Amino acid sequence: MKRATFSIRRGGREGGTMVDYQTEVSEGMVVLDAVHQIQAEAAPDLACRWNCKAGKCGSCSAEINGKPKLMCMTRLDTIPLDEPVTIEPMRAFAPVKDLISDVSWNYEVKKRIKKFKPRPPDAEDGTWRMQQSDIDRVQEFRKCIECYLCQDVCHVLRDHNKHEEFIGPRFLVYSAALEMHPLDTENRTGELKDLFGIGYCNITKCCTKVCPENITITDNAIIPLKERVVDEHYDPLGKLVKLFRKK
Amino acid sequence: MNDYPTFEHDVLVIGAGGAGLRAAIEASAAGVSIGLICKSLLGKAHTVMAEGGMAAALANVDDRDNWKVHFSDTMRGGQYVNNWRMAEIHAKEAPDRVRELEAWGAVFDRTTDGKILQRNFGGHRYPRLAHVGDRTGLELIRTLQDHGIHQGIEVYMEVTVVSLLKDGDRVVGCVAYEREHGRFRIFRAKAVVLATGGIGRAYKITSNSWEGTGDGHALAYDAGAELIDMEFIQFHPTGMVWPPSVRGILVTEGVRGEGGILKNNEGRRFMFDDIPDNYKEQTADTPEEGWRYVTGDKNARRPPELLTRDHVARCIVREVKEGRGSPHGGVYLDIAWIKEKIENAPEHIKKKLPSMYHQFKQLANLDITTEPMEVGPTTHYVMGGIRVDANTQASTVPGLFAAGECAAGINGANRLGGNSLSDLIVFGKRAGEYAAVFAKENGHGAIDERQVGQIVRTALAPFDRGGGENPYTIQNDLQEMMQSLVGIVRHHDEMIEALNGIDMLRNRSARVFVPGNIDFNPGWHTALDLHNLLTVAEAITRAALERKESRGGQYRDDFPAKDPEYAKFNFTLIKTADGSMKIKRVPIPEMPDELKQVIEEMG
Repeated sequence: MKRATFSIRRGGREGGTMVDYQTEVSEGMVVLDAVHQIQAEAAPDLACRWNCKAGKCGSCSAEINGKPKLMCMTRLDTIPLDEPVTIEPMRAFAPVKDLISDVSWNYEVKKRIKKFKPRPPDAEDGTWRMQQSDIDRVQEFRKCIECYLCQDVCHVLRDHNKHEEFIGPRFLVYSAALEMHPLDTENRTGELKDLFGIGYCNITKCCTKVCPENITITDNAIIPLKERVVDEHYDPLGKLVKLFRKK
Repeated sequence: MNDYPTFEHDVLVIGAGGAGLRAAIEASAAGVSIGLICKSLLGKAHTVMAEGGMAAALANVDDRDNWKVHFSDTMRGGQYVNNWRMAEIHAKEAPDRVRELEAWGAVFDRTTDGKILQRNFGGHRYPRLAHVGDRTGLELIRTLQDHGIHQGIEVYMEVTVVSLLKDGDRVVGCVAYEREHGRFRIFRAKAVVLATGGIGRAYKITSNSWEGTGDGHALAYDAGAELIDMEFIQFHPTGMVWPPSVRGILVTEGVRGEGGILKNNEGRRFMFDDIPDNYKEQTADTPEEGWRYVTGDKNARRPPELLTRDHVARCIVREVKEGRGSPHGGVYLDIAWIKEKIENAPEHIKKKLPSMYHQFKQLANLDITTEPMEVGPTTHYVMGGIRVDANTQASTVPGLFAAGECAAGINGANRLGGNSLSDLIVFGKRAGEYAAVFAKENGHGAIDERQVGQIVRTALAPFDRGGGENPYTIQNDLQEMMQSLVGIVRHHDEMIEALNGIDMLRNRSARVFVPGNIDFNPGWHTALDLHNLLTVAEAITRAALERKESRGGQYRDDFPAKDPEYAKFNFTLIKTADGSMKIKRVPIPEMPDELKQVIEEMG
């Protein structure tokens, strides 16, 4: 059986060091298996988050050899094992312990986005009618498993630390899912422009590349949202019309 | 005097999957203050893994459907040991609960006339499952989560409950620890709702995540509540078996629905070898007829691969035991063979089973359009759990309620696919509603400082020992033992051996040692979970020993037949004063005439 070395960040909020662990590698293993094996053999207190182990819950996000990935969906035979494999927590958030980072900011951001507000029901029994073709796009956004890898890779958050001014790709996708929901009657463009910093996104598409659910974040969510914001807040012709209407 | 931080709520909900979230939302609507404790981050609970859909007789696709058909399907599936009142409430209320999700933002797949689409599933007479592709669980949890965060619910993430607290007979709160720093917290509540999910981690091969350690079952049992139906475990016939990393992960029944066949290592389609008498009339005689069925011929009968889950799982076990299994201890599930029948088969498979195609491609490096999959049974669901009142979800202990997988009654001996998601929202709502009523009628109880001190001392003991047992090893040994001795096929002698084994493991777990400190320490968390796993393991084994027949999720090779005598009662388990587990028979109440009539009408 082959052995491989995994260089894993150990340490708390104050700082950490990379510690090397060797473990046996068997056919079909994913990075999360290696972490579990190391926990059972050498480091029972090694902290990592995981739940479903099938790419559906979005808990085990980490940076593997510097690349944001789900540990449960990264097979060891897709990465070189002749040198140590580095595993680190997501860097766009403060570290908590070992592979855990503090993602609580994301939960706070979500609360600030206005909730779903449906139009009155279409039928007397209180139900609505929607065509499948009208919800395909929203269903794409609702595939999101909230792994926050898109937040991790976004340079506005990762390099410029604009957490106060920018909600990040995940919550632009969330906003888009609400804004494009056929039943929703709320308008969120004002906040997107003024509070949520949609203008910071300069469409580098890094978020789309790391999305394990293959959501076309930039093209299908962010760009159409930017267009809505521009239509409603920067359209000179519209402003002129509004000006005349006032009089 | 303890100086642990204390949090006070009217209603405390433990568990934030579908049932817990729905309970919290309902209780908050009643105007009481809510605390919601989740073991992981919010939105990560095991509910996200549900694929097929939620069963509700909306009659959007087939207008012959109604609550009566759904009720009788559920009772038949549960082999008539279900709590019939729960099955009735569930069938009647599920449609409203599903429509309510749409009002909260859920986006279900649509029919051509714009309504919620419904699909066929095993045991449901008509297309009944509202769904979103193959990710319905995610849609459910996200809808409840995104609605719930605006309801003023206080959420405590990554907090694990160690023990419930009692004042006399009544549950008045709990002791818990937060994972990041391992610090203890006291939660005071006028009413507590348990919604902690399943017990899959008691077995080696399971579709459950690390969280499925039977916490609610054990918390309730330790607080004096009764458990019921614990012998009924659902083993799904097709889980992945290779590579090891994905062992147990579910392979949807849809593969067989699309024409997938099960074969042993001799290439034999073994499901034709053993067809139960009561299904002979409904089952195809030849592979040819089976193929016609899956391609929509209404005159053909179903292939034997589509017999009930318990039966298919047992046939697979037989093949493996008798040496006809695949290299990694399963059998072959082959969908690629349909290329003999249709053109462009690979494209067809990818279109019908996209997530299965990707799951095998990405995790097993296997192309299901050209090669057979290796599959074997996986521990999937526990029908048994906390005994509750059908209307209020109150347990047998005042102030303690339960909903979802950790509660029991609706499913009887076997659960139909799709009934779990609807169970969560129907009974989650009721648990929240009646917990709020209880909270309004009762004040806070007293917290017993000595109880708290004792609980904390026990929980910290693994750090105090200079050395000892590794918690991961004990957990692994328990899983191996339950898998081999109290698994799909059970026998008296093996279960006696398992009870002895559980005693030995309990002694070993008293010597468990955890290195490191208390901050986010998975070794310690695993050590604390052992008590819960051992409790449910014992409950399963004792109930299975006592039920000397085979029915649904319980199969005894020393009593392979169904015995009508055992249709008259359920088994309950309760903790006695000396700490031992006592089992008793509880008669199933006579079904009212109107429900009997429904079952007769539906055939």
